[in-house]
Amino acid sequence: MSDTPDQLLDNLNALATGLFLLTAFGIVAMRQARGVLNLFILQSLLLAASAALLGFRHHSEHLYGVALVNLISKPIIVPWLLRKTASAEIYTRREVDQVLNIPTALLIALGLAILSCFLGQPLLNAVAPEFRGPNVPMGIAGLLIGAFTLSVRREALPLLIGLLVMENGAFLAGISISRNLPLLVELAIATDGLIIVFISGVLIRAVQKQIGTTAVGELAGLKEVTVEPAEKEETK
Amino acid sequence: MSVIIVLLLPLVAAALVCIPFKKYWASGVTVVSSLATLILAARVAWLVSDGNSVTADLSVGWLKWVAVDGLSALILLLIAFVAATAAIFSVGYMAHGNLQPGKLRLYYINYNLFVFSMLAIPVLAEPTLVWMVVELTTLCSALLVSFENTREALEAAWKYVVLSLMGAGMALFGFLVLFAAMQASGSDDDYTWTNLIAAAPAMPPVLLQTAFLLILIGLGTKVGLVPMHTWLPDAHSQAPSPVCALLSGIETTSILYVILRLFPVMQAAPNSHAETWALVLGLISVGAAAFLLLQVKDYKRMFAFSTVEHMGIILTAVGLGASVAGYGAMQQIVSHCVTKSFCFFAAGTVLLAVETRQIASVRGLILQAPIAGAALVFGGLAIAGAPPMAVFLSEFSILKAGLTQKHYVATGLLAIFIVIAFFGVMLHVNRMVFGAPDSSGDASSPQRKNGSTLQRFNASTLPFSCRLALILAAVPVLVLGFYIPQPLHNLLTQAAAALTR
Repeated sequence: MSDTPDQLLDNLNALATGLFLLTAFGIVAMRQARGVLNLFILQSLLLAASAALLGFRHHSEHLYGVALVNLISKPIIVPWLLRKTASAEIYTRREVDQVLNIPTALLIALGLAILSCFLGQPLLNAVAPEFRGPNVPMGIAGLLIGAFTLSVRREALPLLIGLLVMENGAFLAGISISRNLPLLVELAIATDGLIIVFISGVLIRAVQKQIGTTAVGELAGLKEVTVEPAEKEETK
Repeated sequence: MSVIIVLLLPLVAAALVCIPFKKYWASGVTVVSSLATLILAARVAWLVSDGNSVTADLSVGWLKWVAVDGLSALILLLIAFVAATAAIFSVGYMAHGNLQPGKLRLYYINYNLFVFSMLAIPVLAEPTLVWMVVELTTLCSALLVSFENTREALEAAWKYVVLSLMGAGMALFGFLVLFAAMQASGSDDDYTWTNLIAAAPAMPPVLLQTAFLLILIGLGTKVGLVPMHTWLPDAHSQAPSPVCALLSGIETTSILYVILRLFPVMQAAPNSHAETWALVLGLISVGAAAFLLLQVKDYKRMFAFSTVEHMGIILTAVGLGASVAGYGAMQQIVSHCVTKSFCFFAAGTVLLAVETRQIASVRGLILQAPIAGAALVFGGLAIAGAPPMAVFLSEFSILKAGLTQKHYVATGLLAIFIVIAFFGVMLHVNRMVFGAPDSSGDASSPQRKNGSTLQRFNASTLPFSCRLALILAAVPVLVLGFYIPQPLHNLLTQAAAALTR
């Protein structure tokens, strides 16, 4: 169906980014914490694939670097770090009561994906033709859907994954328009992602120990109007 | 070279702190290293203010990403100053809690790493690396916010991490778009702040504006601009007081510095509206914070809201015209840093004395704990902008610049909000310090407990290091109100010049 290898590569890249968006939808819809993590791993693999394909297409070693860094850090080190820091219990959690039910959440995610096509278009018009591709709108969609996940989830692990999906989205869009970032930067950003996971894992464990739940979204004690009841009791 | 040593010192200190040794080993190492950092940073700032380059010999390999100009040197000096006073304050403050030695070590490890990540912000010249250290500041300070391990502290830390990193995700995309814009302009130079300014006129405006907005909103979350400020009062009130001083006094400012770096780039683009965005967001922040200040119930939250207000003032000043109000904005950065860190030291002293954060439970402080009361009054007056103090001078110069620019509406609103914030702060401080102990009917039972606490913990038991930190932090608050030394004036002028092309 394609006459030149370049077109084939472009089509494959389009497939990878399309699947990337699909995994983002999956993360919105999935209730099981374990499943969310697996989808995130799949998404990171697709990001690495897209980077490698673009790297091959445009003969850029930097993009190979991005692919390699993503391949190692997210699918392998992130789950390992999570198991080390937070307990295994977060994997088994299942969110029964979400803020929005699944169809509504998916519809909003779909709306965000369509919106991102409009948002990406002016950016694409401004860059050179060889930079144009499906990566920018799909990446923006990942960014927006990640932010949306953050606002509707209550459970710790899906929230953390939402953050990482935002980062993946920023990357997916970023690699297609701004190539030749120094490798140092790639490494630094990947390290940062791991530190995010580490710190959040430690926090999740502390929350679990102190409060006995990982539904961090339900923490809402800090407000302006009410005097904290715990402190009042103490002072009696 | 001293720039590199400034960066290495906190890392070395963090490593040394790990060694379990005598009781005061960890705090001692931290104080010594942060004082050394302060001296070196002052030297760097001195050299830069004289017009010397301190990074000329660093052009090899990865060190080429390090660059210090007037604006960087100013921020570097302020970070080092607040880190040093907060380290001194920590000695007594943290010893008070009778913590496990391991827990205390953890505090100082995180403290030093946090200071390192902040010091790296101004000296790095590569925007994506700067983004990385900005994210590191969030991560290093998250465990400091949750340090007290209460339900509220954990909630605050979690909110802080999630919202800041959400902003960071947007900012990352912004920085990548900015890089794309630089490549689209045909420039093959390294991606640094200076090269960005040079390449700006040829960049596609749409990329530049998208990048600016993404970064403004993304990093604005971490600066605490309204409406992305919701995590700030939580995190800045739940952390231990010396950490609050770092978070509120200097972390917000150093993130704002990254946003300010974009203004000279944006001035090259036609119809960029960067200054309008800054003006609008800044005024919204000042206004919302001024009204929120009136209804706070917790005095540490009060100072946190005042940080939102001050960030808004700085951004408004830049929006009024970086070329005219730039000097005032820089002055405001300096006065905010020194004053806000003092305020949180004062709040920490009050907390040590009364052991409650509720404004309603604290009355007649001046009689019961004179040092804490006096410090709170001084801090409240200073941060609200009463005359002979530093904040008054800088706010005055911003308002003056606004009037000369004929931004009458914006300047008028700014002045009104500042006055409202003044009343908000002084209302609470006045009640806490001078209010009659029995006037608050609903808080009669906490009052008795506070009375007994105060007898146990009167002013004479305030640790020496806390008093020293209070005095050290108070000196610039007062002195900068009527006298700006010549080197600092040069530095401020250079920093203001860095805001324009």
